[in-house]
Amino acid sequence: MNLEEYKGIYVFVEQREGVIQNVALELLGQARKLADELNDKVYAMLLGHNIADQARTLIAQGADEVLVVDAPELADYTTEPYTQAICKIIEDRKPESMLIGATTIGRDLGPRVSARVSTGLTADCTKIEVGPNKELLMTRPAFGGNLMATIVCKNHRPQMGTVRPGVLFAMEADANRTGEIVNFPVEFNTAKFKVKLLETVKENTDLIDITDARILVSGGRGIGNEEGFKAMDELAETLEAEVSASRAMVDAGYIGHERQVGQTGKTVRPDLYFAFGISGAIQHVAGMEDSDLIIAVNKDKHAPIFQVADLGIVGDAKQIIKKLTERLGK
Amino acid sequence: MKIVVCIKQVPDTTEIKIDPKTGTLIRDGVPSIMNPDDKSGLEMALQLKDKYDAHVTVITMGPPQADLILREAYAMGADRAIHLTDRKFAGADTLATSHALAGALRKIEFDLLITGRQAIDGDTAQVGPQIAEHLDLPQVSYLEDIQFDGDKTFTMKRHIEEGYQMLQVEAPCVVTVLSSANEARYMRVEGIVDAYQKEVEVWGFNEIEVDEKDLGLKGSPTSVYKAFARGLKPAGELYEVDTDEAVGIIVKKLKEKFIIN
Repeated sequence: MNLEEYKGIYVFVEQREGVIQNVALELLGQARKLADELNDKVYAMLLGHNIADQARTLIAQGADEVLVVDAPELADYTTEPYTQAICKIIEDRKPESMLIGATTIGRDLGPRVSARVSTGLTADCTKIEVGPNKELLMTRPAFGGNLMATIVCKNHRPQMGTVRPGVLFAMEADANRTGEIVNFPVEFNTAKFKVKLLETVKENTDLIDITDARILVSGGRGIGNEEGFKAMDELAETLEAEVSASRAMVDAGYIGHERQVGQTGKTVRPDLYFAFGISGAIQHVAGMEDSDLIIAVNKDKHAPIFQVADLGIVGDAKQIIKKLTERLGK
Repeated sequence: MKIVVCIKQVPDTTEIKIDPKTGTLIRDGVPSIMNPDDKSGLEMALQLKDKYDAHVTVITMGPPQADLILREAYAMGADRAIHLTDRKFAGADTLATSHALAGALRKIEFDLLITGRQAIDGDTAQVGPQIAEHLDLPQVSYLEDIQFDGDKTFTMKRHIEEGYQMLQVEAPCVVTVLSSANEARYMRVEGIVDAYQKEVEVWGFNEIEVDEKDLGLKGSPTSVYKAFARGLKPAGELYEVDTDEAVGIIVKKLKEKFIIN
């Protein structure tokens, strides 16, 4: 492998039912920064069906060139057609690096592609930097968030990484940016299509994504029961916030998994994060420590959550929620 | 029906603590367990066994002490256990690990290969799909439920962010299972006794079908540049006051930060 032949930072633009996902714009923002530092270009890979009209947005969001792969086989995500299309791009274009969102789609596609082209893939990166030899340094949590590891992919290309939604920043859309939009046709080997999508069922349509929330009211064991969650709902309503929770509360069935913050849930970075009755296990902290303002309330003054909180209150979370709601409601 | 389940022994990462003075991991006394997603994968296989009289093989790659989780799998109801271990496998990243496992799986006949979605020590979710690629088989990750259609297909329920998808998949295939898919059964008492009398097959490089250059450190495209304990930011203000005063402090902070007027 002649590493010199490999150029460009390629971003997989995830779309669902034709809607480009925020994580793709976040990746483009990061790719733009890296490309400026490396004096390289950003390429957006837009796969789907009848989606070409959205390519322009991707240029405004940081891409220099958009490769549109438009095919009915790509209307909905399944592993094999998407893998074939991405691998064709890798074969033709020889990308230096490739970023993919760490969603249920990206974490299915990424490893399949990396195995097909025999390269390294770093999962769930929280930071991507340029190293001393212009290689990418990808940092990620390991051992359940107890340790951070910076991973490099020295002698294989593309250097691949997945990044969870909400971790990176999209750039301000700039309608004056210029770039090229290119059609990239792919001939599929349909003999390898062995998975058929029967239906997609949406269960959480009425819920907003907690990674988009400006304020999160989050509860843990100290909230105790359904009554505690009801009180949190009321506070959230007063503050126009969303409710989230630690893993313990999700496991106990008080709240859905889609609202879980932490290593096995979502990474959030709101303007304000309330941690009520959350002890602050490292797995939880890993998902919220970058919030702008963290206010924690816990009975135990030695709770580790106080180590990341900007404001800590030792006290009864349930009582404080009630009183705070009353006070703010006035 | 023949099923193979890949399982991994992992440190229980919820029990790991950081030494606040040195910033290093305290691994002493941390129990080793069967990875939770893998255990649910094994449970899924055993449920198919109960229903269709499937034959269930478990395989693990790891050091000698990983024998323990194979015994546990026997006690839960597995029929055959293979322990893949060889110095040539050491230092492997996910890709090299998947090559070693695929090498062993080429020697075993199956209709369904089950892995956990991800292991709690690495959380990469890569090895299952990578094995599928090496064996040129279809994959479904994030599996919540599976039905055998009687012919050569399975109907599967795959978890996605907004709900789930139903998929029809041709056998043989590879699936990666979520621990939320089921509640894994306990070991049977008589099973525990049996587990230590049953044979665990130990396989090394010579027993499997793989190119040596794809294994271990040599076969790993990624390497660790550095590892460090997560740096904590300096702790903020901490108050131990009565409820009314606490609410006052919070409200003041919210005003200070222009979150409320």
